[in-house]
Amino acid sequence: MTAQSIAASATSRRSGPRVGRILLHLSLLIIAVVWLVPAVGLFVNSFRPSADIASSGWWTALAPPYEFTFQNYADVLGRQGLDRGFINSLFITIPATIMVLAVASFAAYAFAWMDFRGKNVLFVIVVGLLVVPLQVSLIPILRLFAEAGIAGTFLAVWLAHTGFGLPFAVFLLRNYMGGLPREVFESAAIDGAGPATSFFRLALPMSVPVLASLAIFQFLWVWNDLLVALVFIGARPENQPLTVVVANLVNSQGGQWHLLTAAAFIVMALPLVVFFALQRYFVRGITGGAVKG
Amino acid sequence: MESPFMKRRRLVAGLVVSMLVVGACSDGGAATSAPAVSAAPTTGGESAAPTEGGGEIGGSVSVIGTWGGAEQDAFLAMVAPFEAETGIKVEYTGTRDLNAVLTTGVASGILPDLAGLPGPGQMREFATRGALKPLDDVLDIEAYKSETSPGFVELGTVDGQVVGVFIKAAVKGLIWYNPNVYTGGVPTSWDDLWSKAGAAASGDTKPWCVGLESGAASGWPGTDWIEDLVIRQSGPDVYDAWVAGAQKWSSPEIKAAFEAFGEVVSQANTHGGPNYVLNTGFGSGANPMFADPPGCLFHHQASFITSFFQDEGGAAEGDYDFFPMPDINPSFTGAATGAGDLFGMFNDTPQARALMAYLVTADAQAIWVGIGGALSGNKNVTNYPDDVSARSAEILANATVFRFDGSDLMPEAMNAAFWSAMLEFTQDPSKLDAILANLDSVQASAYAQ
Amino acid sequence: MDERLLTAAIVIVGVPAALVGYVLLIETILRFVPGRVAPRLRPVLWLLPALTFLSVFLVYPTIDTVRRSLMDGFSENFVGLANYEYFFGSGETLGALANNVLWIVFLTGGAVGLGLLIAILVDRVRYEPWVKAVIFLPMAISFVAAGVIWRFMYDFRPESGTLNAIVGTFGVEPVGWLNTWPWNTLFLIFVGVWMQVGFAMVILSAGLKGISTELLEAARVDGANELQVFRGITFPLLLPTIAVISTTVIIIALKAFDIVYVMTNGNFGTEVLANRMYKELFNFSQFGRGSAVAVILFVAIVPVMLFNIKRFREQEAIR
Repeated sequence: MTAQSIAASATSRRSGPRVGRILLHLSLLIIAVVWLVPAVGLFVNSFRPSADIASSGWWTALAPPYEFTFQNYADVLGRQGLDRGFINSLFITIPATIMVLAVASFAAYAFAWMDFRGKNVLFVIVVGLLVVPLQVSLIPILRLFAEAGIAGTFLAVWLAHTGFGLPFAVFLLRNYMGGLPREVFESAAIDGAGPATSFFRLALPMSVPVLASLAIFQFLWVWNDLLVALVFIGARPENQPLTVVVANLVNSQGGQWHLLTAAAFIVMALPLVVFFALQRYFVRGITGGAVKG
Repeated sequence: MESPFMKRRRLVAGLVVSMLVVGACSDGGAATSAPAVSAAPTTGGESAAPTEGGGEIGGSVSVIGTWGGAEQDAFLAMVAPFEAETGIKVEYTGTRDLNAVLTTGVASGILPDLAGLPGPGQMREFATRGALKPLDDVLDIEAYKSETSPGFVELGTVDGQVVGVFIKAAVKGLIWYNPNVYTGGVPTSWDDLWSKAGAAASGDTKPWCVGLESGAASGWPGTDWIEDLVIRQSGPDVYDAWVAGAQKWSSPEIKAAFEAFGEVVSQANTHGGPNYVLNTGFGSGANPMFADPPGCLFHHQASFITSFFQDEGGAAEGDYDFFPMPDINPSFTGAATGAGDLFGMFNDTPQARALMAYLVTADAQAIWVGIGGALSGNKNVTNYPDDVSARSAEILANATVFRFDGSDLMPEAMNAAFWSAMLEFTQDPSKLDAILANLDSVQASAYAQ
Repeated sequence: MDERLLTAAIVIVGVPAALVGYVLLIETILRFVPGRVAPRLRPVLWLLPALTFLSVFLVYPTIDTVRRSLMDGFSENFVGLANYEYFFGSGETLGALANNVLWIVFLTGGAVGLGLLIAILVDRVRYEPWVKAVIFLPMAISFVAAGVIWRFMYDFRPESGTLNAIVGTFGVEPVGWLNTWPWNTLFLIFVGVWMQVGFAMVILSAGLKGISTELLEAARVDGANELQVFRGITFPLLLPTIAVISTTVIIIALKAFDIVYVMTNGNFGTEVLANRMYKELFNFSQFGRGSAVAVILFVAIVPVMLFNIKRFREQEAIR
């Protein structure tokens, strides 16, 4: 935090005319408002009765007479299987996130700091796999899982999410690790450190910010996933995550969709907590310290 | 009217009968008693030892369907007596991505025991590929055929065997109105309807309210319109040929239906005009009918729409009523259209058989009907909770010419193109010929498969 | 429940531990391997876990998809290039292709450009975490919820549609945001930008924090103004990160599906390739046609990947 505030005061001293600062604050304010309005609309509507949502805009609720209700939240939270869905989502998301981070960081280090023939081509193929649409992999993979006898289990979902998450994870980590200063690794090698030592003692600690952002994204993607869970878990309600439970608040004709307003915030709560928890790793200085050391 | 006590007794009796049928069928008629039932493999995990009398089976049965929210609750209420009676646990997962789940499932062999089926087209396909199990020896087939409307039995039959059954049904082609606004009485013909509408409409109160938006299925309310117009303008033979892919879209008969619909959604005759129609969810389509001043007189929609009137339109019971869509061509009278939720069996387990046999009984279907929001294809179900649904059910039972929702019967690619065409046509009616020509070309390829 | 908790615990602790053990093991083995072989063997062993996962979950399905794209609807008979002929002979699929170009241009431009701008601006204010949280918020929203949100925004009726209420105050007639071609695709893309800017911003911001403050201060002491500092130092150092995020967003744009599926399902001329693929695969039982669309996605990504190879070569040459 101190590094950041020093940086901030340093720039503010230097960023010239006051007008510039005002412009800076103003543009950030405008962007933030534009970005927030849709979500605020949803938030306000989540406290309104369904007939009101359908007949008038959310902004009309901000003026008297106030007719807010907790009914939508009560309906969603009272839904059978919601608590189980929440726990299942955690069961699915945390291991799937950790597996991706673990598997990807070794590969990223190898791509960044080891030399071998065809390295770039292999790496680009790995990244290119990002383009494989989830939908076409469902059938072949479900077949494999069926043969292995793990269709319908958490393990199937963990493995699938790890596979789908790897290309981006390797891409991002390799790029970051490849940008770390060469001298650090060279001097470590001179001191007799092997690749394993360099990886655990240098590359990993220096990559904390990018590991943190990767963790957030992987967490979010898995948390918000519906199709992978649905297909690989199948008809086992006791294993279904929150997204499957929530999507089914709505009936088959789309009725009762107003419940999705409240559900959206209930589903969103945990990812936001994770985001705030990991935000302290995004400040300047962590890498700097490690690099100097 | 029967007392709740009587109903309960009949329910249990029906259950026991259906259990016995299951037992008798699954061991091929051999003279062993209930244990034969549990000899078949189970997918649902632990299979409990059956008790005497064939009541207890135990284990579980997995079910996937599209029902969510109140529908899911109604289905679970429907199977609750079954679970209590047999000890079988019904594991239900609801999702609107049913198509994706079943398609991948059929391709890889991992399927739920029972499933709601997206439509008759997919049912046929799953059956011909051997994924869906024939139900002739699962259900009490004689009782099923005598209790169920013949149209529904036929729709669930592929190659002479029943593979799909209807859990609930809806009747389409109802014209809804607000009795506090429209007091002109029931029109005797389509022309009479327009003249009555002309007399009652004024200023901002247009004859029609229409909403075509429905997420990924946008446009379907328009296809219902066309179907109801075709069958009343040109009769059931043209309708059947058209649904079967033998009647061209560009033929005068189908084109006439589009033109009649075009009049409904024109700027002059519909609340808000075409842009409003395209952007309004079908569920809130009728809302202006309940507004003050009212935005329209009539709304064309299926029987299930009443819950939307209450939830989204803020209407109370008594604010809405309906008459069946009137006849158009006097040589084709008494037509009605409807739809229903198909159900089929993928894994042949004793638990799945028992549940399947149970679900088609009048006692089971009466539970959902009693909760509201559903009609039953079973003639013995009569416990409709209100006048509106009782009268809807009567239409279903008494129609001289009954047809299933045509677009649902078409191949999926045709159905999807039909949905989109309704949007395109509403947006720009002058493109009608091009739209129909495109539908003709989809027809040429979609039915070929 | 207890059993599952145990499994989860084993995975959470076990997988990283197993991987650490694996690396220590191979490093120990490599010590006994002749000096010439070890450097060649090492990368292979380090990459092995990731490559195994990728082969099973992505390479194998890719090969399977290519195979299916040459077969009929149920993948039963070989049909040659018929599915590709269908693709290039249908106005709908070509329209989808054209829309994907719009998605690539505007989603990438919007998300990366805006993400970069926000990352840089936000670096200079004390309330940085708050602005970041606001921009990040849409990322945490599921596509189903995003569909609900934007339904309120794009709703036609000015009484309930936010945007039409806003334009209404300027006396403009209500706009059919989602049924007015070709603008509707841009409005859908904006939803994509709204959701993805947070992604670009977080990664670019992390890259920005990696640039040493001393370097920037030194330049400023030397009298460079902010624009010069950005052009001379920040931007070049950030370029690899920008390339990573651009590549990723281009692929996201190419695969754009959920927003279109939830909001228009491709109606009113908003069709995109991935939505077309979904329909062919899961609704029309046309595995062949659906797979052909997927193969076209694979091919479309080749130029981007070639650009990345070139970039890596340059990067390695500098380092």
